[in-house]
Amino acid sequence: MKDTTTTPETDAPNSAEDPTAPRGSLTATAPSATAASQSDRADLRPESINDAVIRLAGDSQDGIQSAGAFLARLAGRSDHDVMTYMTIPATISGGPSIFQVRMGTGEVLSAGDEADFLVAFYQHSYQDHISFLKDGGVLLYDSDNVQPDLDDKRFVYVGVPITGLTIEALGGTAKDKGKNIFILGLISKIFHLDVEKLTTLIKEKFAGKNASIANTAIMAFTAGYAYPVGNVLTKQYKFETVVPKEGDRAQITMDGNQALAYGLIAAGVRYGAGYPITPWSSVMEILRSELPKYGGIFVQAEDELGAVSLALGFSFSGYLAVTGSAGPGISLKTEAIGWASMSEMPLIIINVQRGGPSTGLPTNVEQSDLFQAIFGGHGDSPRVVLAASTVEDCFYIAIEAARIARKYSTPVFILSDTSLATRIEAFDEPELKDLMIDPKPDLTPRAAGFKPYAVDQITQHVPPGTRMLDGKYPLVSGLEHDEMGHPTGSPKLHMAMTAKRRNKLRQLAEEIPMPEIYGDQEGNVLLVGWGSTYGPIHDAVKLAREHGEKAGALHLRHLHPLPNGLEKIFARFKRIVVVEMNDQGIYGFGQLATILRARFCEPKIESATKTDGLTFRVKEILERVFEGRSFAARKIPREGLPIVHADPSSENVKSLKEVVPQGVG
Amino acid sequence: MSEETTIIDAPREKLTKKAITADHPTWCPGCGDFAVLASYYKVLEKRQLDHEKIVTLAGIGCSSRFPYFVNGYGAHFIHGRAVPLASGISLARPDLHVFLFGGDGDGFSIGGNHLNHGARKNINLVYFIMDNFVYGLTKKQTSPTSPIGFKSKTDPTGAIDQPVNPMKQLICAGATFVARTHATQVNHMIQMIERAMDHQGFSVIECLSECVEFFPGAFDPANPRKGGAFELIDEKKWDNTSEDELRHDVTDELAAYKLAQLPFPGVFGVFYENDRPTKNALEKKWIDTTREKLGHPSDLALLQKTFDRMK
Ligand SMILES: Cc1ncc(C[n+]2csc(CCOP(=O)(O)OP(=O)(O)O)c2C)c(N)n1
Ligand code: SF4
Ligand SMILES: [Mg+2]
Repeated sequence: MKDTTTTPETDAPNSAEDPTAPRGSLTATAPSATAASQSDRADLRPESINDAVIRLAGDSQDGIQSAGAFLARLAGRSDHDVMTYMTIPATISGGPSIFQVRMGTGEVLSAGDEADFLVAFYQHSYQDHISFLKDGGVLLYDSDNVQPDLDDKRFVYVGVPITGLTIEALGGTAKDKGKNIFILGLISKIFHLDVEKLTTLIKEKFAGKNASIANTAIMAFTAGYAYPVGNVLTKQYKFETVVPKEGDRAQITMDGNQALAYGLIAAGVRYGAGYPITPWSSVMEILRSELPKYGGIFVQAEDELGAVSLALGFSFSGYLAVTGSAGPGISLKTEAIGWASMSEMPLIIINVQRGGPSTGLPTNVEQSDLFQAIFGGHGDSPRVVLAASTVEDCFYIAIEAARIARKYSTPVFILSDTSLATRIEAFDEPELKDLMIDPKPDLTPRAAGFKPYAVDQITQHVPPGTRMLDGKYPLVSGLEHDEMGHPTGSPKLHMAMTAKRRNKLRQLAEEIPMPEIYGDQEGNVLLVGWGSTYGPIHDAVKLAREHGEKAGALHLRHLHPLPNGLEKIFARFKRIVVVEMNDQGIYGFGQLATILRARFCEPKIESATKTDGLTFRVKEILERVFEGRSFAARKIPREGLPIVHADPSSENVKSLKEVVPQGVG
Repeated sequence: MSEETTIIDAPREKLTKKAITADHPTWCPGCGDFAVLASYYKVLEKRQLDHEKIVTLAGIGCSSRFPYFVNGYGAHFIHGRAVPLASGISLARPDLHVFLFGGDGDGFSIGGNHLNHGARKNINLVYFIMDNFVYGLTKKQTSPTSPIGFKSKTDPTGAIDQPVNPMKQLICAGATFVARTHATQVNHMIQMIERAMDHQGFSVIECLSECVEFFPGAFDPANPRKGGAFELIDEKKWDNTSEDELRHDVTDELAAYKLAQLPFPGVFGVFYENDRPTKNALEKKWIDTTREKLGHPSDLALLQKTFDRMK
């Protein structure tokens, strides 16, 4: 559906429109020598597009995250699908940082391998990111700070003295603060974004703050919007409007950590405790300020063991609770998680994974804590492990975790990661009234004969404060125990209780729905993934199928226990490639691949792993899985430009400098 | 359900020692911890608390086996972490009586950080530390309260590290009720437990409780029956007499600290008490004012409003 609406000023024939430009891609003609002499071309009829990747590259203090977030929120409000990607610098304050927004009218799965539009604040932003700009893409740069190589004819150059104009517009003490909003104005002009909606968003964002802050922001926005960008960029774009279908739900826009926190609230979780660590902290920050509104408490504990112990205290008292961290903190919590397993105490443990081991790569993404989640700790200590695949799924997985924790009286891990935590996506507003759970503990007196650890039943604890009419009160214990929770050294009981704790997970496996296969239901290759790689894996399968491959994707949310019957799916494909962001280990297989091979004794399971601390790009997956196939290798590597992380195996890295992320996405 | 109504209406019987007694203690005969258990039973009986609202918690150690010997809700947790466990229960359930028992290693060594922060946050609970100056359960290693020179399996030539002074540490950390007692002085112990219960806040009692197996005679210097002196703190009566001026003001932190400086076996009783607001009360205040401001919305309305802002 092409948008042909014209406003009164745009009745002039659109001389700039290139009929050969492929639909859905963003192209522009290079500025001609006469471009500058042309009048402001903003009144030209814009070219209709349905998908654009805009990468903002600057330093973290420039507020590019908030500019990007405005774009994402706007896309959400306009019913566009949106996916964002950002890197945060590991430095305390400042350092190179990017925010990438991909907006589209179709289904947007990944943040995009290449940018259509690159906004460079500084010379280093330009140098580090120009390789991500696609041929024919637009470089919008701050001509006060950046000197691009104008001889490289592949790109369209739009230089705007952003710093100077922002200072001019805002004057006084603001200095160049506000560049981000100025750029937002520029982008709005170029993409014909809904100015009214955007200014509303800006006002909403600063509502409640000093009125002058909102005014300054609007001034910066207006200045950017008023800039005659048409003098240099002879083309403008307009997103195809999405007409919401009847029954379509409104879109909400948030990041993965927000989705986890609000998912927990919907699931009736009212208590929790944590200790700050990147990238988990914002979950606890949200819960700390949100839970009191619901009558609950989130405690910032003295340390990780304190946090998990507080959470177990909350759960013991009758309120399923949450704790969370990143890898280092989960390592510390491990002893108490073992207690939760032994005492069969329901508990939700969130691990927002980052690069490890130890302090590792604190601001990079990795999926290397799967083994820790499943096996971390001593003894046979069954627990459930789930992984969220998208921001939206962060919301629903929290609800699933709470359901399982309550029903099976067990600790449940939720694995998320840096990429999900920091990116913003728009998704259909959840049907809250069907999802909300009332978390009140059941204190009705219990009849005689209650045993918390009945061998032939799934444990259900009774919250303290509940009268036991036979006067016999149960204990909760980390020692091996009998059915009332009293310690025992009996080998028979230890065997029976070990089996009881394990069998409830087998029972859970039976009720997990078989995951759907995306793409071909049988054929040559099945890509198996878990967690945040959902988008790029699905995009890779889509692309491969467009090139005639018989390929499918299977994404697992329940990792421990696995759903029953996966072997039937595996049997239908010649190859099974498990794609994950962790190391191949000494035996050559990533963590999920290792588990699947152990579980199914299936030698055709292959592994595609990487450890560069960055999300998978679609073409990386294609190269790995469809090695040697022309479509997989197409356009990469791009000649003359350094390709960062083109080869995932560090053995093939020619120089170390090549792989240092240097703030590069 | 009619059955349920009959259940709720079931009459409440008097709480007896028998009703709160569970497994026979597994402690060595003569262990000081027996007397602590007996005193606990006595207090529960005397106070006639609702049986189902008594929660007995512990970490790991000989002393920490405590919950198994009490018929009531309870949890036997992991070594050193029972303070945060108890804090969670106390914060979420103000209707419960939270009692926590443990040893010197559990409290001052592996759990030392939790002790400090539980005290600082002033969580409402009673924490009874059975201090035997040794690791009992693991069979005679040096504990954080072992005196210098104590010969243990880990200090065969005598302990060399400066021991923790429990009273000083607790006062410094911000505990709002700090007392000291002796397992052979049952009446005094009961008094201290009752005062700790009546105090709103983080109430800690250190009880010298002899490990007859690995540190016999450790507390004889404070046991009159063994020729020692059980010297009590003379608390101010606020009666405007001249004698009263010399008595101890439990709200005076520096005075309490001075009492804690006295050489072993020191004095017994309440060292310090202060009515700083509990975390329980402060969190509740935050919840109440927040909900008041929002107009006491339903959970659904609240979350819906949040989502509306994200559109
Ligand atoms: C993490 C951990 N470390 C060590 C132990 C072994 N352990 C059990 S009890 C104990 C010390 C007990 O001493 P204390 O707390 O003074 O209690 P007591 O036995 O003297 O009453 C130790 C080291 C353990 N159970 N868990
Ligand atoms: S070892 Fe010591 S502390 Fe433990 S039960 Fe025996 S006497 Fe008591
Ligand atoms: Mg001890």
